[in-house]
This record gives sequence, C-alpha cells and structure tokens, in this order.
Amino acid sequence: MFQNLPLLSLEIWLPILGGIFALMTGDDRRAHTARMIALFTAIICLLLCVPLYLGYDNNSAAMQFTENQPWIAHYGIDYTLGVDGISLPLIMLTTLTTLVVVIASWRPIKTQVAQYMAAFLIMQGMMVGVFAALDAVLFYIFWEGMLIPMYLCIGMWGGANRNYASIKFFLYTFFGSALMLVALLYMRYYSGSFSILGYWTLKLSMTEQIWIFLAFLLAFAVKVPMFPFHTWLPDAHTEAPAGGSVVLAALMLKMGVYGFLRFSLPITPDASRMLDWVVITLSLIAIVYIALVAIGQKDMKRLIAYSSIAHMGFATLACFMIYLILNKTGSIQDAYLSLEGSMVQMISHAFSTGAMFFGVGILYERYASRMIDDFGGIVNSMPHFAAFFMLFCMANVGMPGTSGFVGEFMIILSAFKASPWIAFFAASTLVLAAAYTLWMYKRVFFGEVTHEYVNNFDDIKGSETAVMTILGVMVIALGVYPQPLLNMMHVTVGHLLTIANTTKLM
Amino acid sequence: MTTSSNFLSNLALAIILFPLLGCLIAGFFGKKIGQRGAHWVTTLMVGASFFLSIYLVKLVVFDNLTFNGAIYTWGSSGNFVFDVGFLIDRLSALMMLTVTFVSFLVHIYSIGYMKGDPGYQRFFSYISLFTFAMLMLVSANNFMQLYFGWEGVGLVSYLLIGFWYKKNSANEGGLKAFLINRVGDLGFILGIGAILAFFGSVDYATVFSQAPALAASNAMVNIYPHIHWSAITVICLLLFIGAMGKSAQMPLHVWLPESMEGPTPISALIHAATMVTAGVYMVARMSPLFELSPVSLSVILIIGGTSALFTGILALVQNDIKRVVAYSTLSQLGYMMAALGASAFSAGIFHLFTHACFKALLFLAAGSVIIGMHHEQDMRKMGNLRKYMPITYVTFLIGALALCAIPPFAGFYSKDTIIDAVHLSTVFGGTYAYYCVLIGTFVTALYTFRAFFMTFHTEERMDQHTRETIKESSAVVWIPLLVLAVPSIILGWVLEGPMLENLFGNAIYTASQYDTLSTIASDFHGSWAMMLHAVFTLPFWLAIAGVFCAWFAYVCRPQLPAVLAQRFSTLYTVLVHKYGFDEFNNWFFVKGGIRFANWLFRVGDIKILDDLMVNGSGRVVAWLSAAARKLQTGYLYHYVLAMVLGVLVFGVWYS
Repeated sequence: MFQNLPLLSLEIWLPILGGIFALMTGDDRRAHTARMIALFTAIICLLLCVPLYLGYDNNSAAMQFTENQPWIAHYGIDYTLGVDGISLPLIMLTTLTTLVVVIASWRPIKTQVAQYMAAFLIMQGMMVGVFAALDAVLFYIFWEGMLIPMYLCIGMWGGANRNYASIKFFLYTFFGSALMLVALLYMRYYSGSFSILGYWTLKLSMTEQIWIFLAFLLAFAVKVPMFPFHTWLPDAHTEAPAGGSVVLAALMLKMGVYGFLRFSLPITPDASRMLDWVVITLSLIAIVYIALVAIGQKDMKRLIAYSSIAHMGFATLACFMIYLILNKTGSIQDAYLSLEGSMVQMISHAFSTGAMFFGVGILYERYASRMIDDFGGIVNSMPHFAAFFMLFCMANVGMPGTSGFVGEFMIILSAFKASPWIAFFAASTLVLAAAYTLWMYKRVFFGEVTHEYVNNFDDIKGSETAVMTILGVMVIALGVYPQPLLNMMHVTVGHLLTIANTTKLM
Repeated sequence: MTTSSNFLSNLALAIILFPLLGCLIAGFFGKKIGQRGAHWVTTLMVGASFFLSIYLVKLVVFDNLTFNGAIYTWGSSGNFVFDVGFLIDRLSALMMLTVTFVSFLVHIYSIGYMKGDPGYQRFFSYISLFTFAMLMLVSANNFMQLYFGWEGVGLVSYLLIGFWYKKNSANEGGLKAFLINRVGDLGFILGIGAILAFFGSVDYATVFSQAPALAASNAMVNIYPHIHWSAITVICLLLFIGAMGKSAQMPLHVWLPESMEGPTPISALIHAATMVTAGVYMVARMSPLFELSPVSLSVILIIGGTSALFTGILALVQNDIKRVVAYSTLSQLGYMMAALGASAFSAGIFHLFTHACFKALLFLAAGSVIIGMHHEQDMRKMGNLRKYMPITYVTFLIGALALCAIPPFAGFYSKDTIIDAVHLSTVFGGTYAYYCVLIGTFVTALYTFRAFFMTFHTEERMDQHTRETIKESSAVVWIPLLVLAVPSIILGWVLEGPMLENLFGNAIYTASQYDTLSTIASDFHGSWAMMLHAVFTLPFWLAIAGVFCAWFAYVCRPQLPAVLAQRFSTLYTVLVHKYGFDEFNNWFFVKGGIRFANWLFRVGDIKILDDLMVNGSGRVVAWLSAAARKLQTGYLYHYVLAMVLGVLVFGVWYS
C-alpha cells in the first residue's frame, strides 16, 4: 500500500505542513497543542521511514522512490526526487534526530513554543529535501532555505552573543553557497536541464572541472566546516539552544560531505583526483590542529563543537582519500572501506555529538552555564546522567562497541593503504580525542562537588531519560552491528566509486 | 567433527557471555537486587564461566578439539570482511581458564574487600564487564575483535582506577592510564591498518598463512621518499607499540604505578594477573608474524630486558606496599617480554600463567594487610604483622618465594626457563637482555623480601589504635588466598614439562633458527631434576643473595638503608623520582600540551582566522560600503554630472 504513496514528498512536505499548523496555534497559551502537533508530525515522519527502509532495494544502484513532475518547464526545472544508499540513511537520520529534538525540548522550551517547534519541523522538511532532491534548483532552494529556520532558531532562542553568532552563521554559509549556484547554472547551460544525474554524465574539460570543483569546495567546506572556514561553528554552537546545536551537528554539517559525494566526486572526478591533496591536507589539519585547540576550551559547547570539526575531518578525509588508494591499487574494491567509513562516521557523529550537546543542554537547564569551571563532581548528584554521558564520551573517543569506533576504524585502516603518514595523523585522534573528551569529563563529572548548587541538581528523568536512552541505544546498536547500515550503501558506493574513478576527459 | 566444533563455539560463547550478563544485571538492576544480589549474580556467572572453562580446556588440551570460525559478520566493505568470531585453541583456552580463575577468586575476595562501599554494585558490574572484555580479547580470531577486547579492558581499567571518583589522584591515575594506553593503541591500530593493507584481511588464519610469502616478497613500506622499511617489520613494530602500552613496557610504563589508586582487587585482577598481560598474549599469538622479523624480536628483547631490570630497581625505594608489588609487576612483564623476544613464546606465556597466580596472591594478600591496617598502605607504619595475620603471612610468603624464583615454587620454573632462553638467544641485544634479567633476579628478591620483612617482621610501628584492632581478614578474603597459594606452589612443577613439550600446539610458531626452547627441552630431565640442578646455577644464588641482603638490611641492621640512601644520595634521588619520567611527561606533554593548545587557539583561531580573516573581511566590506555611501550624496547635479561623464566615456570608447 505504501508503494503508491509519494513517500519522499511526504517526508518533505508533511513536516513543513506540521510546522505551519504549529505556528497557527499562536502564542504560548496553546503551547501544549504545538508540542503535540510537533510530536505527532515527527513520529509520523519517522514511521514513514519504515516503508522507505523496507521498500529500498539494496541491490540496485539506481535512484529509488523517484518522483518527477515538470515544475518550471521553461527553464528546465523539474520537481525530481529520489534516494540511493547514500541519501536514504541520512534521511532516516534526519527524521530520527528531529523526533529526538522535539522530545528533548518538551520541557526546556517554555516561551514561543509554537515557533520553536515549527522551526525544527520546517528545517526537517528542508533537510530531507536537500537529501532527496535530484534537481539542482530544487536542491539549491532547500539548501539555502534551511538556513532561515536555523538562523531564527539561534537568533531567537540563543545565548547572550546570539546576534553575532547568527549573522556570522548566515553570512558565512550563504556566501559559501553563492559560487555553487554559479557552478550549477554553468552546467545547466551545457546540459540543458537542471538534473543532477544529468550533470554526472556531462563531459567537462579539466579547466571547467577545476573551477566547478573549487566552487563546490568552497560551499561544502564552509558547511562541513573544514579548516580554515570553521570559525563560525563554535560561535553558532555555543549560542544556539540545545536543539539547534543538535540539528546543526547531527544534520547540517552532513550536508557538506553529502555535497562532496553527490556533486564533487561524480561531476568533477578528474579535478577531484588532481586536487584531492587540498581536501586531504585540510582534513588532516582539522583532525590534528582542531583537536589540539579543543583541549584548551573552557566552554563545554565550544569544546564539543571543535570535537565535531575534528570528527568531520575524518569524513572529508575519507571522501578524497579514495583517489590515493585508487592510484595505488587501481581496484575500487579497496576504496569502499574509505567511502563507507565516511558515511558511517557521519551517522555515528550525529548520535554521539548530538547526545553530548543534549547533555550540555541538560546541565544548562540546571545551572545556566556552559563553563567547565562552573561544574564539578556532577556524578555525585546525577549518577544516571553521568553514566549516559560517559557512554557518549566513549563513542566520541572511538571506543569499540560504540558507533564512534566504526567510522574511525574503517577510515584509519583504509588510510594506511593510502599512506602510512595519513593513517598516523588520522590515528592521532586516538590520543587527542581521548585527551580533550575525558579531561572535560573528569573536570565536570568526577571529583568532589565543587559548587554548592551542584548538590541540588536533579538526576535526569522523563523526557531527558527518553532522549538519552534513544541515542544510547543507537550508539551501541551501530557499534555492535553496523552491517545493516553498510549493506544499504554497498551498491550505491560501488556505483559512485566507478563514476569517480572514470575520467571525463576525452 | 562439525558438531563437536559447533559445541566448542557454543561453549566459548557461554563462557564469554555469562560475565556480560552478570555485568548487565548488576549494572542495570543493582538498586533492585541490592548488594547481596549483585555479588551473588556476578560471582555465580563468573563461577559458571570458570567451570565451563575447565571443561573447555579438557576438550581442547586433552581431546585436541579446536574451533576457528565466525559468530556473525560485523561489517563488510568491498572485499574486506570483519567478523566477530572465535579461535579456540590451546593458547586461548588456557588463557580463558586463567582469566576466569583469577576473576572468580577476585569476585569472591571483593565481597569482603568492598564491604560497605557505596559503589558496591557498580564495582561488581565493572569487574564482570572486565572479564567479558578480556575473554573477548583472548578468544578473538581476528584483529578487529582483538582490538575490541583490547580497548574494552582499557575502558574498564580506566573506570576502575577512577572507581573512587571523589579522589582526585584516582581520577588522574585513570586518565593517565587511558591516555598512555591510547598512545600504545595508536601504534596498534596502525599495525592493524598495515595488516589490512598488506594481507587484505584481519583474520588471523589468513594473515598467518600469507605472512611467510609477504616476508619473502620483500614488500616495503614507504616511510619517507627513498626510505623503505620491510613491511613485516613495520607491522610487528607497530603491533608491539600496542603491547608496550598495554603491558606497561618502558617508556610507556608510567601509568601502571598510578593505577594502584584503584581498589586492591582490581590491582590484582586487572593490573597484575590479566589485562597487563594482554600485550604478552598478543605478541605470542602473533608469533607467526614476529618470528619473521628479527629486528622486532631484538626490539622486544631489549625493551623487555630493560623493563625487567630498571623498573624492578624502582621497587627498592617504594614504601607503599601496593606500589612495591606494582613495580614488581612491571619487572615481571619485562621478563615475559624478554622471553618473547628470545622466541621462547611458550615460556613467556608460562610465566604469564604462574605470574597470574602468585601476583594475584601477593596483591590480594597485600589487600588483606591493607584491610587489617584500616587502609594504611605505608610499610613504614607496619611491622610484625605475622603475629596478627597468620594466614596472610603464610600466603604472602608463598607468593614472595614464587616471585623470587626460589625452587620449587611456580616462579622458579617459568623464570629460570626465561633466563636460559634469553641466554641462548642469538638475535641482537640478547647478551644485554641476559644481564638485565640475570641481575633482575637479585633485585626481585631484594625488594620482595624488603617488603615482606618490613610488613610481617621487624618491630611494630603502627599506632596504638591500629595495633589493638588488627585481626586476620574474614573468610571470603583468605579463602581466595589459600586457593591461589596452591598453583603458586605447584603450577611450575606441573607445567614445566608439558610447556617444553609443546603445550600450546600449533597456536605458537617458532622458526627453527630462533628456537631456544628446543635446546632447553633437550636438557630437561623432569621437574625434580631441574629443581635439584638449580643450586648449580647463578640465578638461584642471586635470588638467595637478594633474600639475604633484604634480611640483613631490614632485620639485622635496620639503620643501614638510611645510611646507604645518604651515601648514594644522587642515585637515591634518581630512583625516588623514578628516573624522571613523570616529571618529564608532566612538563612536556601535559603542561606543554595544554599551553601549546591554548596558544594555537589564541593565535590560530582567534587572531588569524577570526579577527583577521572573518571579521577583517567584514570590516573591509563595512569600509567599502561607507566609501560607497559617500557617493550617494542626494544632490541631483552630482548624479547629472556622473551621467554626462558616463555618456562621454561611453561615446569615446565606441567611437
């Protein structure tokens, strides 16, 4: 029965519609209605993922659940949607994350509830749109559209410095994408349509490829964010409310890597091969330099934000490391590990970092501060919370048995094939991530209670426990048995590797 | 055949999963089942594992069954497959028996030791989790699962060192242990990466079968343009770095003394008997790789020998009873490593077994002393405890004699074999390592009996209140001591022969040109003969000399140590500062690292990127727009002028 439904359209427009309904409840007197609308919408969206998952054919490299409607025929713009093994996991991740955000903000958000819930629902629709769009204009609209609710989210519910942070966030990411639009329009000029899959087969000269590659690189590097375009992220994270931080870390950063996989690698394979060292170098700087910077942070959210950048460095590294491996062995079989590692890293990062941001939000609820020095000995008053947070810290440092291990392990292992030194710099995270994560944990959680008010902290309960449990289960499930996730992407990744390994030059 | 190997894998699965189940029950339902419930369920689960392990050893060692296969496919990618699976052979079965045996006794002991602790259930949950992780480590049939167990035991070790989380020193000790282990793991994971790169698999069987071909093919790793190292050596050295972290070899040994901040049962189980020997087990398991790389054998031999001697010397100036035992663990791990470097893998593992028993015994006896002394660990405040704690006294003595390699105790057989093997080793560094392990026997006896005399003999130096309340510990504490005393006495005598006669079967591979043990085996005429022969050997007399010196300096002439310390004050200072490793690490890595990190943040992120680039470009835009704003004067004649000029320029341009 579900096969006939336009599932992807539903996943996009249902939350947006839900958001509009939530907005219509108006002011905070009907806050509960707004919450209920958000919850039901989020649950339905998550349930719609079930037929998506079950109906998805792991053995086909083609786009699935495709929808195609002429939209602005005059310019060749179509409403085209479809998913493959790379976008489907990210869509499922988006719906799950939004549900978790809705549950998590049940109690903490007390003012302008309808607007808050609406912002996240609309963001969800937009983000699914980004992952599902197969038309460049549609993609671009969603890509830029999702900035607006996030900008509002930081600007309205953010911390003291929210104006600076939200404007920095908006301008940075917006300008990054401007060149991408130019590249998309340029290719439309040659291909005659805005079909992204059409771009894949478009023959491009090396010069064209390099310019297009650089335009994409700027857009995606800002989004990921990669060194040196990363300074907007710690600001945005620190000022954003907990839910905003979670969506930012768990989903928005993934857009950049998704862009590399969807645009850079298949559209400009030769330029990617030639300039792979640029991304690899920047990624390694992110892994080492950013991790070192994280050690010195005094603000928990800022520390986790830096840790996020370092972890995303793995994802970008793995995307382009494939060329080093392919140059060496020539067999795409050897490169799977790298690219799939990148995907797993993205998804696992969403759970562990998302959960850590929730954790800081939980502390912020109890004592309005994010500073490490304002806490200490929390395990004495919040043992359950401390146990959950330890789990997520362990995922953050790549402990086997948690999701954080899977991606890192795959990427470090395949890095050795590319170059022992890349593997070495990547593996430095074993020490550095442990240093900043566990040192923070020690100062915040262990020891005697350092401030009187810490004694009065209530342990997590209700919605907080629910959120921590959902994320905890995901972290462990993915760590113990990642194979179902990997199975979803094998064929797609193979297809992508073949395209990325095929020259477009005559 | 298939049914029996299926049975074997199910048996192994049960042995491994029982402790996990115990851990989960005690962890999640600790409040509901209470303290009694927690210790009952975890102890029963581990006990079940122990008895099943005995049966497993019977099947594997006496009925010659083996199992090597996957339980489930964890993940796959391209041609690479990562399984969770078991390799049950003589080596892993005996390791499982050792682990569950010590763990079972430590569970029982902890019922007494941890009595009344607010974290009682958490403690039992952790040690069961540890047992699970350790069993996963030793039963793995591939490097991925090995790494899982490896990191898992590291995690539990971190959690248990910091078990008393209110104590800052405990938290720091845990963090230090985790980070230094991670330095080792950095090498270890790169080693696994190299293995995958060169063998295309992380499965032991595949890797071992292809290893000779790789060594013969002269495959190289490009370290730097024009610098190439043999692939097999790179793999072995990287793996060994992992072993150095876990088995606390110099210079990565600094975390082990700090780990004594944890509860004593943990010191016995994790930081003496099992986890720290994981590195030794791993190298022995990888013997088909290490035997192909003489360079790495030399490195192991030299580092093992150095650790054996120089960490032992440090034990001489320690006054904390647990720290003495901890330094002796470092030294004994050095012995095991030296054995591996001398290609006497079986002897290294043999020493691992005997050491697990007598070192667990020593730690638990020390723990019993600590209970008796009301958590006082300073030996300067003890003395003459034999009067108050006779069982502890006798069992500690048995452990001490075993540690000092006095025949016929267990340590004698394993350590003597190691010393002989190192003596026979022909790889580079063999002679140096031989002198290290030889002098080490004297040092071992000296510090062990120094601790023994200071604790159990000499005058009573405790305060009045303590003296009146000292009594022998309860039965749950001393029963494990008695049980451990048995193998500490006889295990060497029983196992020496089988060990030399290939106890581990095909699990361990020795290349014929390095085979030191076969020479020893040909000279072996039974455990009795070996014992009687001991009086004609140097190590025996060195050990006796050590015991004598300890007796002389601490019982006969108690003022002598102070005089010596003053006379050789430089040397004494160096030893008290533990060769300065801690100072250097603190100054360079900890303080230096944090300062460097802060500097990077201030200069890199704030000054250059944010102020200069981001906000700088913002300022440039603001400045430009301010300039542009000046053009918008609002006067009509300015605009008309601009228009006319524009038309003129346009006209000139196209004329």
